[in-house]
Amino acid sequence: MPEKKIRVLIAKPGLDGHDRGAKIIARALRDAGMEVIYTGLRQTPQMIASAAVQEDVDVIGLSILSGAHNTICPQLMNLLREKGMSDVTVLVGGIIPEADIPAMKQSGIAEIFLPGTSTQDIVAFIHKRLAR
Amino acid sequence: MSDKVRGTTTTITTGDAARVPSAKERAWEENTLRPTLEKSPERQTEFTTISGYPIRRLYTPADLPGWDADRDLGFPGEPPYTRGIHSTMHRGRLWTMRQFAGFGTAEDTNERFRYLLAQGQTGLSTAFDLPTLMGYDSDHPLSEGEVGKCGVAISSLADMEVLFDKIPLASVTTSMTINSPAAVIWAMYLAVAEKQGADWKRLSGTLQNDILKEYIAQKEYIYPPEPSMRLVIDTFEFAVKNTPKFNPISISGYHIREAGSTAIQELAFTLRDGMEYVEYGMRRGLDVDQFVPQLSFFFNAHNDFFEEIAKYRAARRIWHKAMVERYKSKNPRTWALRFHTQTAGCSLTAQQPYNNVVRTAIQALAAVLGGTQSLHTNSLDEAWALPTEFAATIALRTQQIIAHETGVTNTVDALGGSYFVETLTNEVERGAWDYIEKIDAMGGMVPAIERSYPQREIAEASYKYQVAVDKKEKIIVGVNDYVAAEKPLDTLQIDETVAHRQAERLSKLRADRSRSEVDRRLNALRQAAQGQDNLMPFLFEAVKAYATVGEICDALREVFGTYEEVAIT
Repeated sequence: MPEKKIRVLIAKPGLDGHDRGAKIIARALRDAGMEVIYTGLRQTPQMIASAAVQEDVDVIGLSILSGAHNTICPQLMNLLREKGMSDVTVLVGGIIPEADIPAMKQSGIAEIFLPGTSTQDIVAFIHKRLAR
Repeated sequence: MSDKVRGTTTTITTGDAARVPSAKERAWEENTLRPTLEKSPERQTEFTTISGYPIRRLYTPADLPGWDADRDLGFPGEPPYTRGIHSTMHRGRLWTMRQFAGFGTAEDTNERFRYLLAQGQTGLSTAFDLPTLMGYDSDHPLSEGEVGKCGVAISSLADMEVLFDKIPLASVTTSMTINSPAAVIWAMYLAVAEKQGADWKRLSGTLQNDILKEYIAQKEYIYPPEPSMRLVIDTFEFAVKNTPKFNPISISGYHIREAGSTAIQELAFTLRDGMEYVEYGMRRGLDVDQFVPQLSFFFNAHNDFFEEIAKYRAARRIWHKAMVERYKSKNPRTWALRFHTQTAGCSLTAQQPYNNVVRTAIQALAAVLGGTQSLHTNSLDEAWALPTEFAATIALRTQQIIAHETGVTNTVDALGGSYFVETLTNEVERGAWDYIEKIDAMGGMVPAIERSYPQREIAEASYKYQVAVDKKEKIIVGVNDYVAAEKPLDTLQIDETVAHRQAERLSKLRADRSRSEVDRRLNALRQAAQGQDNLMPFLFEAVKAYATVGEICDALREVFGTYEEVAIT
């Protein structure tokens, strides 16, 4: 039986339209053999959580550059818990001050990828994390 | 042996069959070059610009067959403007040192503005926060977490009055980086100028107002293309009549490049956007030689020094040709492409951030040698946050050092006549025309955007570059090579108290103003939007009644609808 493909939702929350990073990651993960759904711009935490349920994803990748992560991430993590999606791996990429990282990880975010991360590192992280 | 070394080359020619080297050059290849390559091959098989454009080992007269210095290079201040748009360029007047700034509340940014002016900055440039850019008030639910973060929070004329407090708009040229709600913010600026007693005819500055590049690259759009273009042309028409020294638009390649385009794509899409605005203006009945002189441009300055210089030189040549041949312009002020430059934010690294001072200096030097009229230099900490005062000061000092210490301003177009720079200018120009003609064939830039053509081209280039970086085919110092452990930088943090202060100010504003006057002005605006009238006078009356950015943009949303892009990856 062929192995089930890893399903990833790449989302761009908040008002920011700088989607270069989100699009690169979506394509890199697809090139690495994953099933990638890109939400497009300006997704609220509610929209992202619903899409994650509907698409039954293993991983959610959020791209946040605007400084709104401390508002968006806790809202999303709560919604995922409410929807019984706590086992989904949530990754954040973008501009995140190092001081904010410990609290984000404590809230259940699996990893935060800062500027300069190679796409291979992200692919490798997902494979390792989802290896059973 | 050397042939087996991977990634190096021992071959002489780079494959241009049409190129005819002189006897002397051929002799050099045989007698001097060949033995060298046999002994020590070059480091790579192919050398390319950061955009992936192939670069030859050596440029000689053989690269410029039929090149005529008088025709192709010309003289500064004259067509085809390769050497610059003024006869004395930076000997006559230095470029405007215009640092983009904005964060927190209007008070915070007003303080930074006055600090920068005190440090010798010669123009202002305003960064707005995301809610303002998207036409939402600071207390809108979608603004949560974003207020004052990426720029200053402006929700009404009351905020704008604080922003420009003690800054005489009649004498300080002011640029405002806003697009979809540009006409609203410009109306607020004009209202503040009026309150200061400034003569509109003397106001000088620039509104970014370039909606096409928002659909293409930065994605801060509200309305669909047609009503958005109408708003833009309304500002052109209003500017021609009322503010003859103000640029109602800054046609921007900067964001196209930041989204990952190549230099040629940046150039081509920006200039084709410019032509689209010219055509829409002419369709409105405006005279090309009356409104086009007020249009300005804005380019990126990325790391590849010569490619960037070639880009600026080619830009001037293309614009001149397009204005004369396509739009039958008779006015030299229409032909001369004036531009602002910003060093490449996307080139800054979060790692070893002090290296960014060096990157920025080199990029700024390219902009100056390319003949820029105005320049913003990024701060070293901008891969992390908006700049601290310390970092912003170094960025401004970088420009002052280039202007006063390096000697590059002593002569006009110092690189003119270089075989390499002239060849690259020709090639970049040709590459841009190919794209421009492709977009013409699609029916123009609006139809091209609707079929995602420029978006797709940029996404492709951006991914290709990332793959090259991941494979270390392109080296980024401190990121994929020369990596070192380091301490985190002290950065500017904007907390949620800004949002709370803004919310308080907004509820006070809503209580103090006349609700019936606001409603009356918003209704008039809605009605006008359904017809054909120029909306600027209606916006002006609405902002003076202290209608908010959100209320005004909502009124227009009701009439125009909103735009959703087809997301491509």
